[in-house]
Amino acid sequence: MLKFFEKIGENFLYYVNDAGRMGIFLFNSLLSILKPPYKIYPVIKQIYIIGTLSIFVVIFTGAFTGMVLGLQGYHTLSKFGAQGLLGSAVALGLIRELGPVLAALMVTGRAGSAICAEIGVMRISEQIDALECMAIDPHKYIMAPKFIAGIISLPLLTALFDVTGILGGYAVGVGLLGANGGTYFASMYADVIFDDIFMGFIKSLCFGLLIIWICCFKGYFVHLSRGGGFGAEGVSKVTTNAVVLSSVSVLVFDYVLTSVLL
Amino acid sequence: MNENLAVQLIDIRKSYGSQEVLKGVNLSIKEGKTTVIVGGSGQGKSQIIKHILGLIRPNSGQVMVYGKDLNNVNNKQLKEIRNNFGVLFQNAALFDSMTVFDNVALPLRERTKVPEKEIDKIVNEKLVMMDVEGTNDKYPAQLSGGMRKRVGLARALVLNPKIVFFDEPTTGLDIAKSNEIYRVFFKTQTALGYTAVIVSHDVPRIFKLADYVALLHNGVVQGCLTPEEFQLSDNPVVKAFVETTMGPLYSSEMEV
Repeated sequence: MLKFFEKIGENFLYYVNDAGRMGIFLFNSLLSILKPPYKIYPVIKQIYIIGTLSIFVVIFTGAFTGMVLGLQGYHTLSKFGAQGLLGSAVALGLIRELGPVLAALMVTGRAGSAICAEIGVMRISEQIDALECMAIDPHKYIMAPKFIAGIISLPLLTALFDVTGILGGYAVGVGLLGANGGTYFASMYADVIFDDIFMGFIKSLCFGLLIIWICCFKGYFVHLSRGGGFGAEGVSKVTTNAVVLSSVSVLVFDYVLTSVLL
Repeated sequence: MNENLAVQLIDIRKSYGSQEVLKGVNLSIKEGKTTVIVGGSGQGKSQIIKHILGLIRPNSGQVMVYGKDLNNVNNKQLKEIRNNFGVLFQNAALFDSMTVFDNVALPLRERTKVPEKEIDKIVNEKLVMMDVEGTNDKYPAQLSGGMRKRVGLARALVLNPKIVFFDEPTTGLDIAKSNEIYRVFFKTQTALGYTAVIVSHDVPRIFKLADYVALLHNGVVQGCLTPEEFQLSDNPVVKAFVETTMGPLYSSEMEV
């Protein structure tokens, strides 16, 4: 019985410790962005890795999400004779919800896992220790460019997702199913307001920060992770954890942000 | 603190769970000298280096570097203290996604405002000094173990540090490659005059380079003696270590 409570206490302390470490990690990383020197090349490199290399997968998923929205939306709206609202239904769904969330999930799978694995390998091969011993701040050198790149890339990728989604919806709704093209864009123009775009933008900004935070943190503290955080297996475990936690957090924060912003 | 001491460890204790690795380590490292820390595997030799580097904090005790207690410094001060350090890690810890040139140039690019032309000159000088010239565009994975260590040493020395730490510099290398590392070490220390702290298993060959030898046994340092004093020590633990590692030659009754 005592062992049971010991276990609960141990788990509690571990999670409290981890949460504290995570908070300090975010603080140090964000603080390091403000500290000089300001180097542009590492940021551009990370924007390429996180953003540019994710363009294809974002366009691909964006197009198909828009297409399926067009298909489902047309059939549902036609039951009420409201096919004319297809454009606004697709656009609002994408801009407010699906764009930020799905783009974030795609970036988590493609770039977040890579970031976590890269930092994890740096940790277990003592490269991060080497940086510290050279008096180079790992937060400034490794994390800061990734945080900036994540915050810049995610809103842009989300915008791309939204646009391709809207075009996908147009292709299916208007091209395949015969809805009116002019009405598609006109209803969108009439119903989508700045607040909708602002909500999507804020969400994508927060998701960008969240993904990079979790993935960098998990990789950086791979040696402190539970159940043995060393070697290739340790990195693989922690990468899986990072992707799962990032994805779940995106969905949870989506709800929180929606309820706050609505 | 004594003026010519670069580092002083005072009663350092460190535990991991219920396992106490360091049980009151006292060690003084003199400036400009080479101190070798020897001992069996798993005794915590590398832990001592990590404590001095500020990578690990002790449960109790003081780590003094040039008179400053690492327990009482903030991040900025720790960074300033680390400006005096150069480290050659056991596996060299080179950045595997960077070329040899970029690895060695990194401290110059990140910590100084030296123009790129000057960096090029300094890095090439260091690579020549370590006999690894011509490897500038190679990646660490394309180098042999000995070459990786030499590149690691080039990186450790690129800012002319006051103290250089060597964590098992010859582990995994054959005798010829180990000799190369020792030769490079001797050459660079003579040229640059840094304080060296070496953790090594390579007894007795490492004694040739040592000014002082410290034995870590059961979490405690057993004396920090000159190699001659170490070999003739009456301390039973040191004596047993010398007999085990160096054979009967040094434990003959003639020397007692």
